[in-house]
Amino acid sequence: MTCINPNKNRLRRSMMFLNAQKPSLLKDPYVYKADSLMFDLEDAVAASAKDTARFSLYHALTTLDYRGAEKVVRINGLDTDLWEEDIRCVVACGADTIRIPKTESADMVKAVEEKVEAAEKEFGRPVGSTLLMAALESARGVMNCYEICKSSDRMIGVALSGGDYTKDLHTTITGTGVELMGARQHMVIAARAAGVQCFDTVWTNLDDMEGFKKDVRTIKMMGFDGKSIINPRQIDIVHEIFTPTRKEIIFAEKVIREIDDKKAKGIGVFTVDGKMIDIAFYDGAKRTIALAKASGVYKGDL
Amino acid sequence: MINAVGRDIPEEILKQTGKEVFQGSHHFDGAEVRTESHHIKIRNDGGSKVLPSIHDALVKCGIHDGMTLSFHHHFRNGDRVLNMVIEECHNMGIRNLTIAASSMGPQNDPIVPYLDDGTITNIRSSGVRGKIGKAISEGHLQGLAIMASHGGRVRAIKSGEVKIDIAFIGAPTADDYGNLGANGGRADCGVLSYAAPDALHAEKVVAITDTLVPFPNFPQQIKGIYVDYVVAVDSIGDPTKIASGAAKPTTDQRKLLMAKYCSDFVAASPYFKEGFTYQTGVGGASIASTKFLADEMRNRNIHMALGIGGMAKPMCDLLNEGLIRELVDTQDFDLEAVRSVAENPHHHFIMAGEYASPLTKESYVNRLDIVILGALEVDTHFNVNVVVGSDGYITGAQGGHPDTACGAKCTIIIAPIMQGRIPTICDDCTTVTTPGEDVDVVVTDYGIAINPKRQDLIEAMKDTDLPITTIEHLRDIAYSITGKPEKVQFEDRVVGIIEARDGTIMDVVRQVKPFSLED
Repeated sequence: MTCINPNKNRLRRSMMFLNAQKPSLLKDPYVYKADSLMFDLEDAVAASAKDTARFSLYHALTTLDYRGAEKVVRINGLDTDLWEEDIRCVVACGADTIRIPKTESADMVKAVEEKVEAAEKEFGRPVGSTLLMAALESARGVMNCYEICKSSDRMIGVALSGGDYTKDLHTTITGTGVELMGARQHMVIAARAAGVQCFDTVWTNLDDMEGFKKDVRTIKMMGFDGKSIINPRQIDIVHEIFTPTRKEIIFAEKVIREIDDKKAKGIGVFTVDGKMIDIAFYDGAKRTIALAKASGVYKGDL
Repeated sequence: MINAVGRDIPEEILKQTGKEVFQGSHHFDGAEVRTESHHIKIRNDGGSKVLPSIHDALVKCGIHDGMTLSFHHHFRNGDRVLNMVIEECHNMGIRNLTIAASSMGPQNDPIVPYLDDGTITNIRSSGVRGKIGKAISEGHLQGLAIMASHGGRVRAIKSGEVKIDIAFIGAPTADDYGNLGANGGRADCGVLSYAAPDALHAEKVVAITDTLVPFPNFPQQIKGIYVDYVVAVDSIGDPTKIASGAAKPTTDQRKLLMAKYCSDFVAASPYFKEGFTYQTGVGGASIASTKFLADEMRNRNIHMALGIGGMAKPMCDLLNEGLIRELVDTQDFDLEAVRSVAENPHHHFIMAGEYASPLTKESYVNRLDIVILGALEVDTHFNVNVVVGSDGYITGAQGGHPDTACGAKCTIIIAPIMQGRIPTICDDCTTVTTPGEDVDVVVTDYGIAINPKRQDLIEAMKDTDLPITTIEHLRDIAYSITGKPEKVQFEDRVVGIIEARDGTIMDVVRQVKPFSLED
């Protein structure tokens, strides 16, 4: 099945969890300007309110204009009797992306994809328009990350779910990041190898904003594309860290211009601002400019 | 007759009040006005002014039907003075009183029955929160409720339009000579700004205190030379409700979002420079924007020369930090502000007239660079309503809103585009309290609208990343979510008047009509 959604590789620095059971949260969360909004039908919703949440979500997503924010919905796990109806609801209301919880294998993604395709036909949505992402919440899931990333053309990427994963690992979230090191490293390598995006787990201590900043800086350095968040006050920090700085943008511009210029003159290696530059820097610089553009901070003409 | 903000003021109301319609905020600039004075009963005995009870004070002042009694609202939700006095008047069988208060609120709920029985037939106040507002809106007041701004109230008193027969001034401390202090008692309120015009212009002045101190009482905010009698009572106010506690920094993300937009706007404006002057309210968004602005002041090494108006901890903190040079204070919202005005030599008490009266040789509001205010409604003409709820009930007060908006070089309103399911940004305010000509900027959660008459500000914001849009666009967004609300239904009877600062009529408030679905 070929993915036909042009937004598959869009900017996803921040993905904000919202409880679909609460109308006040569904109303206009886009004012805070997270890149993606993740409406939760799973753990945040009480067992007795699963259908209410679906109805609220359906009406919100078919009535309100979310002004460019990506609409992701976390469905219930494949070990429940809820996920198939969740998929019908999500596809019917035209959400952009389905987040599959507790993903452990490529087969699970394929099972979801099958139902998604059926729902797209049922509700007259273009087949291949609904995107998928997988949350890895266990050691098995992390071990199978590459296969999961490659399991469907609709896959935008994988996200680590640190709480369940550390339980499975027989440890806890410590705030140091030590317990997540292996999974993070493995996942980002697998995602890059498969050509999809990679998202980090939530930071739940809202009183420790310094710890949060450090955490976001770490995953940015590791190569992640973005982070799941639980509160609007986390957005600015994530965006600040994931958006290229003025300095980075100016340097990237110079690199691109110089490489283009020197290539024409037959020069391979040269220096920009005292740093050795060759063709290997080209893609990175292009990516910086693309990210700056997507983040709305690029005002140049490259 | 249609006034300058497009409101139709009924002829019979103009006739009944002898007022003119509002013709613009600066219509009377430069006019020469003669001020009225009052009678003084000469006293030269050097004796004590203390009387045993409010009843005795009322008798000594010659209380009779139809008098105008004045009160201040510095004890806010903890005030006991107004209720005690009115209760006593009621017990004495006095009728047809006019209350001239600087403001009223839920603390005055107990006197609602005295509207129906004719003890109180007219009210002048900044506004009326709580059950009295509801009672007025439902037609329980026989006369009119005239709602004026803090500055407008001083004008009305000074010009003689409001003749106060007896002013009752709740005073945290008093000596037997009538020197009144605002600190050092059992119910400290920090300042007695709004009682000052009453002391200066009322026929009789009665101080009510629960802390009688030895003569001479210093520091004093109202001097004994203006006071006729002093009455000591058990308690003038509930201190826990006067300073309703330092407003905790808000964690409401929507307020923080608007606060950030607001402080970024101020920082990008031409007014944000060394020595600027500033006023803000104590709502969550206002306080948060002051805090964000303080970060920018530190970054750019900019200092505020003067902070004006009602005070709370955040402004006092900035004074202590040296980011503000002086504060002039008209009201204290928390204990930190009460303490600061008592202790910090750069934190000053000023009188209501100095602060905001239009009938002066300039008041402080005219020196404001930036004021940040709230709103119940803002319409596409930038008119603001802060008194009447979208359900038609009187629920707020003008306060210094129209005064500061008129005086400041840059008036910024912060409000979300919807409150609950009610659109805040709308075609026409239910009631106009501050004219659009005095409103420059509206900051909402969906973007910032600049009044088109301020092309200079529109130009100044062109290269910023701020979400600048138009007021019509904000209204369209609000209506796209809430739908366009039907107009509230009113009876014909006018129950209240929104008095402009200059004494003209800005708008009228009519009696609410019980809602009925059309067939």
